Amino acid sequence: MANPSQHISYDYTIAKWFMFACIVFGIIGMGIGTLIAFQLAEPSLNDFAGEYSKFGRLRPLHTNGVVYGFMLSGIWATWYYVGQRVLKVSMRESKLLMFLGKAHFVIFMITILLAVVSLFAGVTTSKEYAELEWPFDIAVVVIWVLWGMGIFGLIGIRREKSLYISIWYYIATFLGVAMLYLFNNMEVPTRLVTGMGSWLHSVSMYAGSNDALIQWWWGHNAVAFVFTVAIIAEIYYFLPKESGQPIFSYKLSLFSFWSLMFIYLWAGGHHLIYSTVPDWMQTMGSIFSVVLILPSWGSAINILLTMKGEWHQLKESPLIKFMIFASTFYMFSTLEGSIQSVKSINALAHFTDWIPGHVHDGTLGWVGFMTMAALYHMTPRVFKKEIYSKKIMEMQFWIQTIGIVFYFSSMWIAGITQGMMWRAVDDNGTLLYSFMDTVDALKPYYWIKAIGGLLYLIGFFMFAYNIYKSITSNRSIEVEPKSASPMQA
Amino acid sequence: MFSWLEKNPFFFAVFVFVVIAYAGLVEILPAFAPNARPIENRKPYTALEIAGRQVYIKESCNACHSQLIRPFKAETDRYGEYSKSGEYAYDRPFLWGSKRTGPDLMRVGNYRTTDWHENHMKLPTSVVPNSIMPSYPHLFNKDADLQTAYAEALTVKKVFNVPYDEEGQTKLGSYEEALKMMVEQATPIVDAMNDASVKAAFEPCKKDPSASNCEIKEIVALIAYLNSLK
Repeated sequence: MANPSQHISYDYTIAKWFMFACIVFGIIGMGIGTLIAFQLAEPSLNDFAGEYSKFGRLRPLHTNGVVYGFMLSGIWATWYYVGQRVLKVSMRESKLLMFLGKAHFVIFMITILLAVVSLFAGVTTSKEYAELEWPFDIAVVVIWVLWGMGIFGLIGIRREKSLYISIWYYIATFLGVAMLYLFNNMEVPTRLVTGMGSWLHSVSMYAGSNDALIQWWWGHNAVAFVFTVAIIAEIYYFLPKESGQPIFSYKLSLFSFWSLMFIYLWAGGHHLIYSTVPDWMQTMGSIFSVVLILPSWGSAINILLTMKGEWHQLKESPLIKFMIFASTFYMFSTLEGSIQSVKSINALAHFTDWIPGHVHDGTLGWVGFMTMAALYHMTPRVFKKEIYSKKIMEMQFWIQTIGIVFYFSSMWIAGITQGMMWRAVDDNGTLLYSFMDTVDALKPYYWIKAIGGLLYLIGFFMFAYNIYKSITSNRSIEVEPKSASPMQA
Repeated sequence: MFSWLEKNPFFFAVFVFVVIAYAGLVEILPAFAPNARPIENRKPYTALEIAGRQVYIKESCNACHSQLIRPFKAETDRYGEYSKSGEYAYDRPFLWGSKRTGPDLMRVGNYRTTDWHENHMKLPTSVVPNSIMPSYPHLFNKDADLQTAYAEALTVKKVFNVPYDEEGQTKLGSYEEALKMMVEQATPIVDAMNDASVKAAFEPCKKDPSASNCEIKEIVALIAYLNSLK
């Protein structure tokens, strides 16, 4: 075989399953998110289904639905596509790998559906992004191990000797989340110790300030290794493929990868500034979060410069637009994060709406756009169909962009207003505003935010429709496109 | 420099792991012992307070209310003395929260009463006009899960040596004794409440805490917990 890579037929079965899961959970997670955004503006929306429609119950459902349902499915869809292609080996070549992949998907589905039910019922550990109780935690570990076996199994039988950049990032996602998840979810099931009470209940291994420390070590780095590292894996593969341009600099990708690994884990401390954990940790959290700008911008600039001399593609292809917008938002939200980690700014921003504002800059702009772009790129290659409508894509892009602008501008203003009002005092040093005054002041911004979220959700429905029509329409393609995805209308 | 690693997936993975894991070792381990030491006079939660804390967690109150007073004048003026690490020594999990859609509750027991909480949970706007908090009528119908609360207290006593039943500390005892104490602690709360159905459900408890028709509603446990936050 002179060049085996030309004769490999890749197996996308599992990639397809995860693509569907990604879209379904995107709709569910973002739908609940939009609902709870409106609940803040109009509290009577809490009442339509008794205890199951209260903000407190729905909020963890929104975060888990989006983070684990939508984003992880997206990451896995891309893994089961990208992994085979850059390692030059088909899943079909190994019965074991196919089995692991299928088990991965099936157990993931069962777990996440049980998780939805348990969160509706109020079964939660209360730790953000780690709300699931211990039996589901164990299932998550099983899922993760299955994925890890899949990764290293595929690497084990690869034909391409060198690991492409994306593979570095997928490996890092796997290892980082594995370590953090295990430590943060250490808990003791009370029924097993005492033989009494609920089977689902557990107590954390850590107490008070220690618990907070571990939680934010995890909490921030779930952001790091799910929302960032894995998404960088995607863009390093999909942007060069779609644009037909090689990555701008190999050295820069090396530098930004290793420095990101080295610095990211320290950043969790910035959630604890002015809390009761030791001062030096708060300072470390703050400093490393500011330094984090270097590797973040390193990757983002590397990605943007990949388009050097090819910027006209931005005008011609909405798909390139999605990807470039995503990395621009990556730069923007990492800069924002560094700013918020400066102690004096954190004092103002912490506990305010600027924080969810920041999270959504990253998730809507960076993660959401990149995930949708990846799925758009995969559709013609996985289903052998043209993308149904360029026009819908174009419209979707602008509707969602306007949604994001509504979202972050309102949350910035709301957050800074809130922070300033909380600390405002008169000449005698007496507080100027009651807490309720600040709530009243924020109501208009809650409306704007909710409308922004609704626009993004509408855009997501357009995305789902476009993918659906692409798959079901007759516009088949015979030969896989080399770069730009075909879309005519 | 690192390019040899890209051909050795095993070493690559090990290297990544070391590079990401060391931050945890340096940053997290040193603080463990001192952070966990309880401040003087701090006592473990009673079983009823734990039941209330479980309700608080179940409804994700911590999604909107913090329990962490930062050392700024504006915060200490508004909420009371700033938080110290040792005050959280019995908090499993911690409930600092990450966003204040509502005010901080770290010391809410100092300035709110049972009566206020009852009205607030039933209809928030009745005590705070314009409040955007949802109402929680189902807390008045559902029974607090006293068994699970007791199981939690017993677990932390056994596994983490939380000093229940020690000299001058919170008493836990056997489940029957604990039930009796829960009813004792609930009695003044129920007496101070207005809701007739909560009172009626609690009535049999006064005669026999172990009776099968003795019902302590979730709202009662929650208020016991909120009143203990000082």
